[in-house]
Amino acid sequence: NQELTFLTKQEILLAHKRFTELLEKHEKEQIDARVPIGRIITLPELKSNPFKERICQVFSTSEQKDGSLTFEDFLDLLSAFSDSATLEIKSHYAFRIFDFDDDGTLDCADLEKLVNCLTGETNDAKLSSTEMKQLISNILEESDIDKDGTVNLSEFQHVISRSPDFVSSFKIVL
Amino acid sequence: MVEKFFQDHERKMPRDSLITSENDSEQDADLSLQEEHESKTHRTKRRDGDRQKKKRRNERRKGGTRAGEGEEDLQAVSEKRERSKRKRAKSKQETSRRENNEEEEAQLTGGKGTKARKDIRNEKTRRMEKEEVREVDENVDKGKKKQGSTKKGEKKEDGGKQLVKEKARDIKKKKHKKAETSSEPETSEEDDDEEEDNDKDVVRPECLSPEELEKLKEAVDERKKLIQSLRGKPWPMKKKLVTLRESQEFVEKYEGALGKGKGRKLYAYKVLMTKKWMKFQRDFENFKTACIPWEMKIKEIESHFGSSVASYFIFLRWMYGINMILFGLTFGLVMVPEALMGRPYGSMPRKTVPRAEEASAMDFAVLWDFGGYAQYSVLFYGYYNNQRTVGWLKFRMPLSYFLVGVGTVAYSYMVVIRTMARNANESGVGDDNSFNFSWKMFTSWDYLIGNAETADNKFASITTSFKEAILEEQESHKDDNIHLTRFLRVLANFLVLCCLAGSGYLIYFVVRRSQKFALDGLENHTWWERNEVNMVMSLLGMFCPMLFDVISTLENYHPRVALQWQLGRIFALFLGNLYTFIIALMDEINLKRKEEKVVKFNITMWEASLYNGTVLENSTAPPVTIHPADVPRGPCWETMVGQEFVRLIISDTMTTYITLLIGDFLRAVLVRFLNYCWCWDLEAGFPSYSEFDVSGNVLGLIFNQGMIWMGSFYAPCLPALNVIRLHVSMYLQCWAVMCCNVPQERVFKASGSNNFYMAMLLVILFLSTLPAIYTIVSIPPSFDCGPFSGKNRMFDVIHETLESDFPPWFSKVFSYASNPGLVLPFILLMVLAIYYLQSTSKSYREANVELKKKLQMQNEENKRKNKRAALKAQMDLEEARKTAQEQQRNNNASVQDQEDDTDIHVSGQNPPPVGGRGSQMPSSRDSGSRTHDRGNHGPSGYLPGFARQTEPRMYRVPSLQRH
Repeated sequence: NQELTFLTKQEILLAHKRFTELLEKHEKEQIDARVPIGRIITLPELKSNPFKERICQVFSTSEQKDGSLTFEDFLDLLSAFSDSATLEIKSHYAFRIFDFDDDGTLDCADLEKLVNCLTGETNDAKLSSTEMKQLISNILEESDIDKDGTVNLSEFQHVISRSPDFVSSFKIVL
Repeated sequence: MVEKFFQDHERKMPRDSLITSENDSEQDADLSLQEEHESKTHRTKRRDGDRQKKKRRNERRKGGTRAGEGEEDLQAVSEKRERSKRKRAKSKQETSRRENNEEEEAQLTGGKGTKARKDIRNEKTRRMEKEEVREVDENVDKGKKKQGSTKKGEKKEDGGKQLVKEKARDIKKKKHKKAETSSEPETSEEDDDEEEDNDKDVVRPECLSPEELEKLKEAVDERKKLIQSLRGKPWPMKKKLVTLRESQEFVEKYEGALGKGKGRKLYAYKVLMTKKWMKFQRDFENFKTACIPWEMKIKEIESHFGSSVASYFIFLRWMYGINMILFGLTFGLVMVPEALMGRPYGSMPRKTVPRAEEASAMDFAVLWDFGGYAQYSVLFYGYYNNQRTVGWLKFRMPLSYFLVGVGTVAYSYMVVIRTMARNANESGVGDDNSFNFSWKMFTSWDYLIGNAETADNKFASITTSFKEAILEEQESHKDDNIHLTRFLRVLANFLVLCCLAGSGYLIYFVVRRSQKFALDGLENHTWWERNEVNMVMSLLGMFCPMLFDVISTLENYHPRVALQWQLGRIFALFLGNLYTFIIALMDEINLKRKEEKVVKFNITMWEASLYNGTVLENSTAPPVTIHPADVPRGPCWETMVGQEFVRLIISDTMTTYITLLIGDFLRAVLVRFLNYCWCWDLEAGFPSYSEFDVSGNVLGLIFNQGMIWMGSFYAPCLPALNVIRLHVSMYLQCWAVMCCNVPQERVFKASGSNNFYMAMLLVILFLSTLPAIYTIVSIPPSFDCGPFSGKNRMFDVIHETLESDFPPWFSKVFSYASNPGLVLPFILLMVLAIYYLQSTSKSYREANVELKKKLQMQNEENKRKNKRAALKAQMDLEEARKTAQEQQRNNNASVQDQEDDTDIHVSGQNPPPVGGRGSQMPSSRDSGSRTHDRGNHGPSGYLPGFARQTEPRMYRVPSLQRH
């Protein structure tokens, strides 16, 4: 699978091992077994990630949109988050992760959800509504180049590509 | 069945499924099986007169089983060509079209024609098998039988095929989840189309004109590129798998077909070699990553503590690599030759322990201080002999010593500067502040964090950074009490300066005092008094940063700025300490040199008295052999310097480890276990667990390295020591971080500070080489120890080598070249070159900024245009819809057709979806169903639906337009 992913052989083997650990016994025989979202997000690498559900949703190919992953999906995930993946692919997936309602653009609701994800669940950490408004308007002012009130993929990639530490932080390692 | 087995096998081991060789063999097996089947059916139906063809078929079968798919296709192709030539001779038409041929055949009557038609039909079915899922084997077989038994016209045949195809598609749709080869519904149709086209092209590549061949070549290259860039595509894995397989098949087919005549073998060979080379490269890459030490450890830490802590360990590993190379240089070129080929221990005064120290030379306390036997060993400068050559290899020992000393410094410069340049390249020009908020929003989360506490810290820091940014934005130019903050900052700086000066004086005082102790003799002092210098330096390095931390709270800076100030201050402290240490050492060197003069004078007196004595006693007696331990000798200042550095390193290492154990481990243990019986929450309250201090650790590492660079000329063992130290601290710190540290609250990103550390390293490198070079160049070496003894200056080795080992013309040239008249212009030239390069780079940067601006402008313009266009398209669409509705109202008779049309209209006119997969799916499904419909009720040619879709592709037009 090396030509399709950014992973090395060892990493793929490790991923396979970790993935089979997540499966239940009777599922191990099946090849296209799906691991439900509940078990995926118990992985220590994903456990404390505020976007864990979104990540599963984005990489899942299941029909019911339940966020369950096959091994291939899992590899896709790891590949996109690996060290050697390109900025382009990383930013593409980051956009889809941030696009909470799957409509192809980041609008105000998406941004608000994103801010809430980033500031954590506790109430005292949350921003007040005026702060939120201010923040979102600032973000839109900066990155919404065509001024249509939303951030689309190319704008997002434009912004991300300038960031010095996106590539180094958008990583998940098993 | 066999295929099913294969597929299961594949799915069981998905990671192997794409290794090409396996794939090929599978496909070969499939094909050969199918072919056998076919040929059986043929045999049953065939008449007697076609032995030739049978033969050919058998050959082909063999070929198919043996060789790859591409070759097999080639044979098929050549066979076809022959046939078509025959036909051409008959019908005298200049056509290279298969469809035409079929039509001709349909017109032809007679045994030959029917046979040929059968063959072609079979060809077709086989091709279909290839393009369709292999699971539908049986269906296809049925279809084949139908076709074979019923000799009907073209239309019916097409219909039958369509039927088979539809069956296959239905099955695929049902099974697309399980079947490996079947793609997702939205891609399957397209893929089918593409394959169809490919097959049409494959049919007769050698009948094409050179231009078309060129086009084919381009297509092949395109596919190859696609294969290479596949992993850069944000598609789900299944789609990637399917595409990869198709492309590989395509490339294989063509690569066989492209080469012609004589060139074919060579071409095939080339292709084979490139394949092998690719495989080798891949394996090598795997091997390389497997060779990187501590990769898993670092990744584990990275996933727990985020990238900044991991960056320290990566830095440590990098340092370890450099030290390995330095160690290899000194060990291989200096220490080993001297130990093996030089004169053995005890043969010379400089290589033996003097008589006075002999009693205590093996004591551990002395050895721990690197006195006694350790001092008179290969570890230090003084041991080396000034023989010009050693051993049977005629190894130039002094020259090698000198060159290794210079080489270490040069290599370190090179590596540091190269790394800096690379880092600068990577970070690029990301210093514009235009996307401050967006970056905070989109890139602030560190996806590596896998620890709940770290995550909490991160949440908090992100929240505060948001709030800060908002506040800054709101009241960017408002300072409440500027005078107070200014006063406080000045005060803080003053305090810090006082600290620095105090620590400097303390070190100077301690070093001077230790010299006094040393003059008195070390034996009558306590352990503390002997190790005072090192201990004081380590303690200062430990406590001053804390003090600075307290002071910096006065200043009220932004955390990032505060961090930089803090780092700068610690840096200044370490640097000041190091330099006071060096200055004190210089004083000591001068003292030793005075002592040396006295000793030298004494020795001549002593020798004279010795000889006088012998002469007086007995003039014919053999010259007295004095044991080398008894010979008086000078105080070798180089060894002394080396010893000092080694002691410093050792004590530094010890303090690091001990603080690690006490400060981190013991604290963690106490906090954890006392927490059960304490009156307040220790874990959350005052002592809590310690954080991992990235900046402090990095600074410690940098200074350690600086000392290595400074001292390694006088103590060749230093790099070795450092390698050991780094190795141990890698494991120790990894363990300590994992077991008893909590992540930092002040999480800062790794990438931004990387070059900051590198710059510090460079500064340290420069500052540490400065005194070393000064001593080498300006102080004459001791007269009775070290490789340069007896010379006026150390670099005289080069002169000596030039004069004695090179031909005279060379030394002449060298002397001319080193003439100031030549050197000065050369330096001038270099300065000019630097100036030129700098100014060009400056102008480039300006141009870059300009271009960026332009690009941005254009981008915005484009966006606006696009938006306008999209709006217009939408308007048009709505108008069209309105008119359609009106039409609908007007003529109720043909409601159904109209709706169909509008549907097609909509799916064609929609602007292309931006990115979401969800929006892409319906449109492609639409188009798929459309072609379906057409295919069913428009049977005007060879699979008209597909022809319709692929028409826009220019290079395939000739094969599709004729009918």
